Amino acid sequence: SWWFQKMLQLPLVVTAQVDLLLVLVSLLAFWTRLSHLSYPNAVVFDEVYYGQFVSLYMKRVFFIDDSGPPLGHMILAFGAYLGGFDGNFVWNRIGAEYPTTVNVWSLRLLPALCGALCVPLVYLLTLELKFSHLSALGAAVLLLLENSLIVQSRFMLLESVLIFFVLLAFFSYLRFHNAPSSSWSRYIWLILSGVSCGAVVGVKYMGLFSYLLLLVVASLHTWKLIGDKTISHVSLDFLIVSYPAFSWQTLLLQNVCVQCVHRVLCLVVVPVLLYVFWFYVHLSFLNRSGPHDQLMSSAFQASLQGGLSRITRGQPLEVAYGSQVTLRSSVSQPIPCWLHSHKVNYPIRYDNGRGSSHQQQVTCYPFKDVNNWWIIKDPGRQQLVVDTPPRPVRHGDVIQLVHGMTSRFLNSHDVAAPMSPHTQEVSGYIDFNVSMPAQNLWRVDISNREAESEVWKTILSEVRLVHVNTSAVLKLSGVPLPDWGFRQLEVVADKLFKAHSSSLEWTVEEHRYGTSQEQKEREAELHSPTHIDVDRKISFWAKFVELQWKMLTVKQEESEHKYSSSPLEWITMETNIAYWLHSSTNAQIHLIGNPVSWGVGNLSLLAYQLLAVVYLLRRRRGLKDVPDGVWDQFVCLGCVCVGGWLVNFVPFLLMDKTLFLYHYLPALCYLYLLSPALLEHAHTHLLRYAHQLQHSLTHQRALCVGALAVLLSIFLTYRTFCPLTYGSPELSAHQLQGLKWRDTWDILYRRR
Amino acid sequence: PNSFQTTFTPVSKDKNSQTAGLLAGGDTQSSNGPSGQFVARGSIESPSKVLLMLVAGLSFSTRLYKLTEPPHVCWDETHFGKMGSYYINRTFFFDVHPPLGKMLIGLAGYMSGYNGTFPFIKPGDKYENQNYWGMRGFCAVLGSFLPIFAYLIVLELSNSCTAAIIAATLLIFDTGCITISQYILLDPILMFFIMAAVLSMVKFNQQRYRSFTASWWFWLVLTGINLAGALGVKFVGLFVIVLVGLNTIGDLWRLLGDMSLSLVDIAKHFLARAFALILLPLILYVTIFAVHFVVLNKSGPGDGFFSSAFQSRLIGNNLHNASMPEYLAFGSTVTIKNLRIAGGYLHSHWHLYPEGVGARQQQVTAYLHKDYNNLWVVHRQQDNNSQSGNPDLVRHGDIVRLEHKETTRNLHSHLHEAPLTKKHFQVTGYGINGTGDANDLWQMEVCGGRKGDPVKVLRSKVRFLHRATGCVLYSSGKTLPKWGWEQIEVTCSPYLKETPSSQWNIEDHINPKLPNISLSVLKPNFLEILLESHIVMFRGNSGLKPKDNEMNSKPWHWPINYQGLRFSGVNATEYRVYLLGNPVVWWINLASLGLYFTMVAVASIATQRGFSLGGGLLMLGWLLHYAPFFTMGRILYFHHYFPAMLFSSMLTGLTLDILFRSADLLLHPPYSYWFQRTGQLLLLFSILYSFYLFHPLSYGMTGPLAHEPGSAMAGLKWMDSWEF
Repeated sequence: SWWFQKMLQLPLVVTAQVDLLLVLVSLLAFWTRLSHLSYPNAVVFDEVYYGQFVSLYMKRVFFIDDSGPPLGHMILAFGAYLGGFDGNFVWNRIGAEYPTTVNVWSLRLLPALCGALCVPLVYLLTLELKFSHLSALGAAVLLLLENSLIVQSRFMLLESVLIFFVLLAFFSYLRFHNAPSSSWSRYIWLILSGVSCGAVVGVKYMGLFSYLLLLVVASLHTWKLIGDKTISHVSLDFLIVSYPAFSWQTLLLQNVCVQCVHRVLCLVVVPVLLYVFWFYVHLSFLNRSGPHDQLMSSAFQASLQGGLSRITRGQPLEVAYGSQVTLRSSVSQPIPCWLHSHKVNYPIRYDNGRGSSHQQQVTCYPFKDVNNWWIIKDPGRQQLVVDTPPRPVRHGDVIQLVHGMTSRFLNSHDVAAPMSPHTQEVSGYIDFNVSMPAQNLWRVDISNREAESEVWKTILSEVRLVHVNTSAVLKLSGVPLPDWGFRQLEVVADKLFKAHSSSLEWTVEEHRYGTSQEQKEREAELHSPTHIDVDRKISFWAKFVELQWKMLTVKQEESEHKYSSSPLEWITMETNIAYWLHSSTNAQIHLIGNPVSWGVGNLSLLAYQLLAVVYLLRRRRGLKDVPDGVWDQFVCLGCVCVGGWLVNFVPFLLMDKTLFLYHYLPALCYLYLLSPALLEHAHTHLLRYAHQLQHSLTHQRALCVGALAVLLSIFLTYRTFCPLTYGSPELSAHQLQGLKWRDTWDILYRRR
Repeated sequence: PNSFQTTFTPVSKDKNSQTAGLLAGGDTQSSNGPSGQFVARGSIESPSKVLLMLVAGLSFSTRLYKLTEPPHVCWDETHFGKMGSYYINRTFFFDVHPPLGKMLIGLAGYMSGYNGTFPFIKPGDKYENQNYWGMRGFCAVLGSFLPIFAYLIVLELSNSCTAAIIAATLLIFDTGCITISQYILLDPILMFFIMAAVLSMVKFNQQRYRSFTASWWFWLVLTGINLAGALGVKFVGLFVIVLVGLNTIGDLWRLLGDMSLSLVDIAKHFLARAFALILLPLILYVTIFAVHFVVLNKSGPGDGFFSSAFQSRLIGNNLHNASMPEYLAFGSTVTIKNLRIAGGYLHSHWHLYPEGVGARQQQVTAYLHKDYNNLWVVHRQQDNNSQSGNPDLVRHGDIVRLEHKETTRNLHSHLHEAPLTKKHFQVTGYGINGTGDANDLWQMEVCGGRKGDPVKVLRSKVRFLHRATGCVLYSSGKTLPKWGWEQIEVTCSPYLKETPSSQWNIEDHINPKLPNISLSVLKPNFLEILLESHIVMFRGNSGLKPKDNEMNSKPWHWPINYQGLRFSGVNATEYRVYLLGNPVVWWINLASLGLYFTMVAVASIATQRGFSLGGGLLMLGWLLHYAPFFTMGRILYFHHYFPAMLFSSMLTGLTLDILFRSADLLLHPPYSYWFQRTGQLLLLFSILYSFYLFHPLSYGMTGPLAHEPGSAMAGLKWMDSWEF
């Protein structure tokens, strides 16, 4: 055809522009981050923590980790999957050797790649901030020669992944912002930015602050756009008049509403959807029961393969009079447990001299046990078996609860509970003939009856048992009893004055319809497993909400770690972390930053703030030191870099958890971005006036020489600390002593 | 570059000054607010006076009504009443709040004839015939000023009587505000100063075109005085200082942009504000403390929190005009106090470290109170017998063994992690009757001393270096969990840097074989005392952690009036007072916050310039008094919200007024007027009616609880979480 012929007439040309500097720093970055990646062939620091989750991924076993959303873990697991890791490795201590079956290289590959890509990204980001290639090179070199970033990238850890996505998000957003408004391709950058934001928040919760910063920057830009009167709102007439060459493209791109909607879609909706998507993948991937099942609700557990679902499969759904049930407390603090009783009475007098009813103990017991079984009895009838057809228990019904093994009735009365004297004691009723009548009627109050149903359902219904005589509610106080109560947890009845809390709610977990009237037969029945067929499902959203809530509220006992530090120590790098020590020699890896770069970063942070204050005050007096374009560039630099440092540092000051030096690394990257750009600003604009003075060029030259000297010393310090960064070569104790630049650093010496 | 700039300035200044001047002009116009033009100032003078009288009358009568009921100690009266008594008795005590509020309570009690003898032991104690009405009355009078101030502030900000009267009505008829004003508490005093500071700041803002006149100075200085007052009552006063600070910065920024002012003028403005808003409050604040220390000169329950030197000031303390052996000797019984401020005495007791926390040996802690378990005996390395004759003095570099007097265990350390500070080693009590092992030996060093120097009691700073591991005895300042009785952790630190945490002094020194010498301990100067008491206060504040079984109120509960506080009485038979806001008032406030946000958002997107409804200041005030609580780790109570609630109510007045008036955007004149009037009347009626319904919360109720029929409050328990 003619089209083909025409094609052939044209020369076939490929024009490529290659930024050799960029290529060079990228190669160096790959070399510093990826060489000898599988050394040391041992578990290094937090690999021991993330590794267990990677193993669980490989085995598709459900877990909860409150340290962050699942994307980070998934990325690490993906690396392991590529290397053919089967999850069979016990992550029990730092320094344990990996067996030959574990492909260490692939475990560490993805974080290292992310860490390496940060370097070219910083280069490109500086360009997008409208600074020169020289500045870009400076920023890249600072990042390249930062020992702490290298260490953090080279192992199975998440900081480098987080930093990578943060930088990518900012880079692609600025790329979008700087592109001419007519081009369509810029929306690809906007979408990429949104996707990166989703990833940032998906890797660590700390990423949320960087994301918010990006949103602030974007909304400032949008605010300007809204104020720009040259862009129409939505009116077509205006467009047609002002643009003779009217097209749909201009319509879609030029009007304000559409622009705003685009931004909201890409920067808000996309990240939120992605965040949910990570959880979707996480939950659909991990479908087997595992070590953290106990933290979740019964309904959630039943949706996992194995574990509770194996026990509860085939249980009857509706609780009826005569049902045999175990009642699990809805609160998983301090530990998940079941309502329990046993043939031991409360002591007549407690240690503090207070008296009790001396009736049978009722507790909450954190293990499966035959003494956890209770039978639901109709107060009006004697029988303990289920009718045919079964009569289901409904919201508002009054029942009695009979303990399966001892046949005592669940009872409460106006006697102070053993550990929480402001509440009522709960006991298995024994009639001692001391004018203490049985008060064993309980009203069933189904608190989620709107969502579920009026009928009490196994696993699904959350039930409060309201004591009819005193209107107190059966509650897990969570206080462990002393030795006389076998350290089981105290159960009390509390007047419903206090706030709503899930410690008042109980769910039926194991359930069967009782068939034996005789006590002996019933005991045998209680020992046997339950089985009848019913299937039940729980929706993704319910699982997502529950998992997310648990992740945010599960508090593990936070204690101080040997290498933990406070945020203020990070600025001056008063602290370090020993990541690994060779099992027999002095070879070791430490998280120690490059002290010179660290100082440069801090200096530039101070300098920027000082300069900004001076500029602002002088501008307010009408003295414009720099032209408006440069001022905008300066402000943008501050928003991204100083703002980025602030949002990644200040929240730690308010946090109440164990913190480590590596938490500071994202903030540090912003400082490295700032330093060369600020230097360039000083060089071109502050020293601009110098050309009218006598020492015209000397200032600029001095600055250049100074910058070179600093770069050189950065390189030298990098070289000096290399043995601690890469773990080889081994240094003598004397040499190690020489590297202890600060008294507060802990460097390890092996005693020979 | 600076010197060079001068050559440029004439040109650029000339050119820019015009535009900048125009800009500044535009600024001031817009910041005057749109409402300013609607009502002429002169015309509102007379009705506003009448309304003000009305507000004052209602306010005083609602707060003073049934003031002496119930005639027993309610809630925190047990603390603040007691502290008022301490001032009357001049007994030294420790509290986490600055002294002004309690001093005023004490003064009010003194003036009204209360003699300071009532013990205020626990809530519910009957006052019998003590004169407690004076203290309550004082708080109530200050509390009565709040609606008046609110009225004036809103009037000043909006120039609309309607807005002002709405704000005042909300506060007058809020049961929460009434309850919190009627008892011996710090809150009414604090809120009085906060509101007074805001009022004088707003008045000062109005004086902006009359710089340096007498009235300008008057309001400026008054602002400063009130700031000092607010901070002097509670540290929450810091928030209003921030509010005034931000307002002042904004003001200075405006002046800086005003090209008609020379730099000298601006410097004058700056200095005037720096003097009145920083220097003056600081001086007043320090004066308050000076009075505090002068008045309280007798030893009391708070001594142990303070350093040895501080205690020597207090009459009745064993260190006051102390008399004891001057140099430490072997065989002496001593108490050892950490030099960190509020560091506590080295302490041990029979309890062991629990399983899983280092070695299962006897606990060693630091304890802030004086106690016989703080006593240690200084021994030589080996001998345990008392020598005859004059005992040897302990000198710099000597090896000592410290035996706990009560349990006869030795101070011991070993290579186990300390319970909380994992970088340090554990310190325990070890051995029986003074027989232990080599890990019981400590080398005593006098800081800055040389070998052979004796250890001076009270005056030498000493360190204890562990012989075997080379670490130094250290008090980390962290509070141990329950098993350690919430005392302070003591560790052995391998970091040998000299810090107060690793330095100790010998406080009590008993050795019958040595002559007692009267010691004139170096009296600390005032600044040292001031600093020390502040650090102790901050420690105390952050130490108020919620206990396990205690209800901790969450900040998000507060604006929705989720749960109140029981001031008095629990059961049906008792006289009950329950601190809970009038739900109608509070929910109107909550709705108005949302309304205000929407109005600002709509207005500013429409105009895309800093369009202000005049309530920005109040909004900021609300935020500043509310948001910080979300970051606080200490225990929080419902009543912490009240300062924020004042701002919220004022904002409501403003917002609703604008809402009513904007009716003419939608309706034609006669209808819009009717709409406006109906809205106002409806609002007034609902506030009054809800006050009628809920007034027993403040003025007390007896009889059955609300969930039972026959109660006065039957059917009014709108939320399950309310406890009346």
